Amino acid sequence: MAIDAATVRKVARLARIAEPEEKLEALARELTGIMTWIEQLNEVDTDGVEPMTSAVAATLPMREDVVTDGGDPQKVLSNAPKTVDGFYVVPKVVE
Amino acid sequence: MSALTSLTLKAALDGLADKSFSSEELTAAHVEAVAAAKPLNAFILETPEKAIEMAKASDARRARGEAGALDGAPLGVKDLFCTEGVRSTACSNILGNFVPTYESTVTANLWRDGAVMLGKLNLDEFAMGSSNETSAFGPVVNPWRSEGSNSTLTPGGSSGGSAAAVAADLCLGATATDTGGSIRQPAAFTGTVGIKPTYGRCSRWGVVAFASSLDQAGPIAKTVEDAAILLKSMSGHDAKDSTSLDVEVPDFPSFVGKSVKGLRIGIPKEYRVDGMPPEIEKLWEQGIAWLKEAGCEIVEVSLPHTKYALPAYYIVAPAEASSNLARYDGMRYGLRKDGANLTETYENTRAAGFGAEVKRRILIGTYVLSAGYYDAYYVKALKVRRRIADDFDQAFQKVDALLTPTAPSAAFELGANSDDPVAMYLNDIFTVTVNLAGLPGMSIPAGVDANGLPLGLQLIGKALDEGTLFSLGGAIEKAAEFKTKPAKWW
Repeated sequence: MAIDAATVRKVARLARIAEPEEKLEALARELTGIMTWIEQLNEVDTDGVEPMTSAVAATLPMREDVVTDGGDPQKVLSNAPKTVDGFYVVPKVVE
Repeated sequence: MSALTSLTLKAALDGLADKSFSSEELTAAHVEAVAAAKPLNAFILETPEKAIEMAKASDARRARGEAGALDGAPLGVKDLFCTEGVRSTACSNILGNFVPTYESTVTANLWRDGAVMLGKLNLDEFAMGSSNETSAFGPVVNPWRSEGSNSTLTPGGSSGGSAAAVAADLCLGATATDTGGSIRQPAAFTGTVGIKPTYGRCSRWGVVAFASSLDQAGPIAKTVEDAAILLKSMSGHDAKDSTSLDVEVPDFPSFVGKSVKGLRIGIPKEYRVDGMPPEIEKLWEQGIAWLKEAGCEIVEVSLPHTKYALPAYYIVAPAEASSNLARYDGMRYGLRKDGANLTETYENTRAAGFGAEVKRRILIGTYVLSAGYYDAYYVKALKVRRRIADDFDQAFQKVDALLTPTAPSAAFELGANSDDPVAMYLNDIFTVTVNLAGLPGMSIPAGVDANGLPLGLQLIGKALDEGTLFSLGGAIEKAAEFKTKPAKWW
């Protein structure tokens, strides 16, 4: 499966990574190389095989729906790039 | 002070117990060794004051008769584990100067048992790499060198800092993590012991996530017994990780030295790959002979889907990574690079913060999960993953454990594979199957190649049967008598 520059542009946009136009062709070649190598999976007969979504055959545990942590805004905000009065400051979201 | 740093963890704990030396003395010797080992670039953050403070507290506990299983032992921590009040970066610029306000469960377990922290260890960025070259702090240099050569070798990856620090006697043991081979391949490249336990044995809480269905913590240590002591402390159920197994932690050290007579050992024929160096083939034969002499029965087994494990991994792991790493948006912590609007801020932040290999994997992951490709790639890979796990299930009906080489080569020169991603990925060809199936795997140093570089053998066990691996690993260690240490040049 060849991946072209337009596809890389689209995927980079979906992944929210700014990739400069001049790098798209090289990235497309790299990703094509990796995806071509991955294509060998098509040799495996997987008819009727259940996808393996977990490494252990355990069901997710349930717990009481109670508050177990929190109430410490200073801790929560301590690594934030920008804060004001106990809030995160983010760029304008709604124009 | 070099006498104290050359001790195994077990010997050091014995020495502390019989008051031959204090934790403060033992820790000071290691602090000094760490400070003198800058050319290795294994530690990216040293915490000497904290170490001495913890050592003094340990000595006080021991005086009161309250010493824990690891009391007073100085260890290194892979910088993928969050440590409260101590910068934790995953060796990525996007985490910048992130200082966690909480402690990972695995490291909290070590401190509960009295261990002392020397500092944080280098790794591939977000544990994505097999040579430590993707680290934002630059690569770790392997303390081992080829005979008669001064060229710099990789310690392997992603836990390159952990492996190099243990091999160079900078710490008595180290935490590490393994998503596709990141504990076992560096252990093999540095002549150390590394074990990735069964998925769910160690809590993932507070460990920076890469691919959550594959990530598992484990130790890198100087001996099989040391690895058993460390894993016992690191393991245990944790309600904060929903995939943590609620099972009893066996007394792993008691399995080391147990007879392995009568155990059936499978030799998977698919692991004889083209282009494998004859020395590795020879070492594997030697390992088989050692286990035979110890009374094991050798059985040829087949794991027919082995060759599909790496390509399946390179869909599953990037897919999970692209989802996990979506959290790095520059809003709540870490780096922020402002743009004209919110989307541009996200895009600039992530472009500036992530390195090339991490971006590559996020792009692959996003691609295989995107509309139109999800079934063809992601679901297909999950089905192949099931086939690989079924292969192991069938093999383990006939045998108690498997023996394979750990890696397809000895340590290679830094820079040797960096321009070909697929060539780099092939390093994990023997280790990645174990992560996909959730099984325990251990690497034991077993010999050296023609250049005097260490080589490892891998044991693969049934789920939750680390005990058998410790017995078999102990038998191989005893037979191999691997005592060589790298000559100190740093």
